[in-house]
Amino acid sequence: MTLPVFGRLPLSALLGLLIVTATAALFLFGPMLAPFGQEEVLGTPFADPSAGHLLGLDQNGRDMLSRLLYGARMSVGVSLAAVVISFCIGVPLGFLAALNGGWPDLIGARLIDVIMSIPVLISALVVLQALGSSLPVLIGTIALLDSTRVFRLSRVVAQGIVVMEYAEVARLRGEGLWWMLRREILPNALPPLMAEFGMRFCFTFLFVAGLSYLGLGVQPPFADWGGMVRDNQQGILYGLYAPLFPAGAIALVTIGVNLVVDWALAGRTTVQGENR
Amino acid sequence: MGKLIVQRLGLGVVTLALVSVLVFAGTELLPGDVAAAILGQNATPESLAALREQLGLNAGPVARYLGWAAGIVQGDLGVSLANRQPVGELLWPRFWNTMALAGYAAVIAVPLAVGLGIASAAFRGSLFDRVATVVALATVSLPEYFLGLLLILFVSVQYGLLPSLADTWSGMGLAAWLEATTLPMLVLVLVTVAQIMRMTRTTVLAVMDQPYIETAYLKGMRNGRVVLRHAAPNALAPIVNVVAFNLTYLIAGVVLVESIFNYNGLGRFMVDAVSKRDLPMVQAAAMVFAAVYVVLNLVADVAAIALNPRLRHPRAKEV
Repeated sequence: MTLPVFGRLPLSALLGLLIVTATAALFLFGPMLAPFGQEEVLGTPFADPSAGHLLGLDQNGRDMLSRLLYGARMSVGVSLAAVVISFCIGVPLGFLAALNGGWPDLIGARLIDVIMSIPVLISALVVLQALGSSLPVLIGTIALLDSTRVFRLSRVVAQGIVVMEYAEVARLRGEGLWWMLRREILPNALPPLMAEFGMRFCFTFLFVAGLSYLGLGVQPPFADWGGMVRDNQQGILYGLYAPLFPAGAIALVTIGVNLVVDWALAGRTTVQGENR
Repeated sequence: MGKLIVQRLGLGVVTLALVSVLVFAGTELLPGDVAAAILGQNATPESLAALREQLGLNAGPVARYLGWAAGIVQGDLGVSLANRQPVGELLWPRFWNTMALAGYAAVIAVPLAVGLGIASAAFRGSLFDRVATVVALATVSLPEYFLGLLLILFVSVQYGLLPSLADTWSGMGLAAWLEATTLPMLVLVLVTVAQIMRMTRTTVLAVMDQPYIETAYLKGMRNGRVVLRHAAPNALAPIVNVVAFNLTYLIAGVVLVESIFNYNGLGRFMVDAVSKRDLPMVQAAAMVFAAVYVVLNLVADVAAIALNPRLRHPRAKEV
């Protein structure tokens, strides 16, 4: 028997929610569940999976499962922090730009067009070159680069809301800026922004893992999934599955979030489509 | 139409100039002293001052930017900090390697993806369409290194069909080159096909909802003919945009793929330069990447304008 709420969910969304919930649990409790420490050397490098080490040992003889569990917090945490910060910067500025207009809006939009005309990876590499890779720099860089995309979306969404009758009524009523942002724009902009949050998280998660894979993201001794793929990559040449565990974990989380976002977006668009 | 194209070209040049300002500001004005980075922790104040003088770091930022930008316009990309060689000599061979790999992938990916996209739009809701959508969703989510490692494991290690490292050298034969680069090409194709296919499908479907398509159906035309004769020509301009947009993605994706297969391209060149914190190399590589990006977008814009039937045969001027 399933709960009535779950009865209406398509299979893909259910699968997505399951993966997202599991990821959240790993993020919160992963390091506590790990049977061994992330730095503990327990045996020969690339030892095969056994009863004591379900996923075997990594290139330095550390327990793969434990490092995956520790890495979950790092990989998910860094991306989550970056996305939350980028929304805290991008959304208020985007709303303000849409509400106030004028030259700050124009200059901001143009500047962001230019920043977006460089691939994000290249911009991130330029900044990491200048500052070196540390956790605060990594999170800050990604958050700032991402906030340009968030700004653009929230500006467009808010522009659509500002011209609606109810927003005009509120303005004529003499409501102040704070009321307009809080009571008129935010509630109506929330659904597209939530979907964007999911998509941004997916993108950032892959991006952080990619940077770590290149050796420019999360630095040792911390375990993180992208870095683990890089460290264990040699194993693949001997036909070992070691690097596939962290790479698969990255893929699984991305697919899960994507499925949930897809379901959330599909629900909205069919309703709009039917009203046409 | 001509005027529109000239406008776009001008916009592209302005964007590139602004991008150069950003790249320069990003590398030079951020805290972090280049001279200190080169000399490391053992630097004495005297040696730091001498190196700053030698690198011209004592001039104002505007003067340094102008000097750097003037060099780039004349084709001088500066001198590497690590080994004192001209950056251009190191960079251009790598650039052409990257372009060759990206081109190889694009030649396979674009026709395949556009064809699949049009087909799944034509047979909307069929089993083929649904399977294609699910497969596309899955491959979009898979990171390049996951696909790359899977391919290495099965194709190279277990069956020994293709080499696991994309070793290339100048003067190697075409057949050998193709053999070495087929696996990286496959990864790039897998990550781009899905995206282009989905967006092509959406674009064609948007056209299929137009009244003139309904008219064509009501005339009694068959499905395939409606799609190819009526829908496809009008969807061409947006599809070109979609393809160009995703080719720019290919340019960024190439950075990861080159690292997986140890391919000697511009992406790995830039990653190496970043980890060595070799400023002129990073600046030059970033400018080249950005230029490719801007040029691709420009080509897409111009092609979209040229392919748009409404702009090609302008009616009386509308205001």
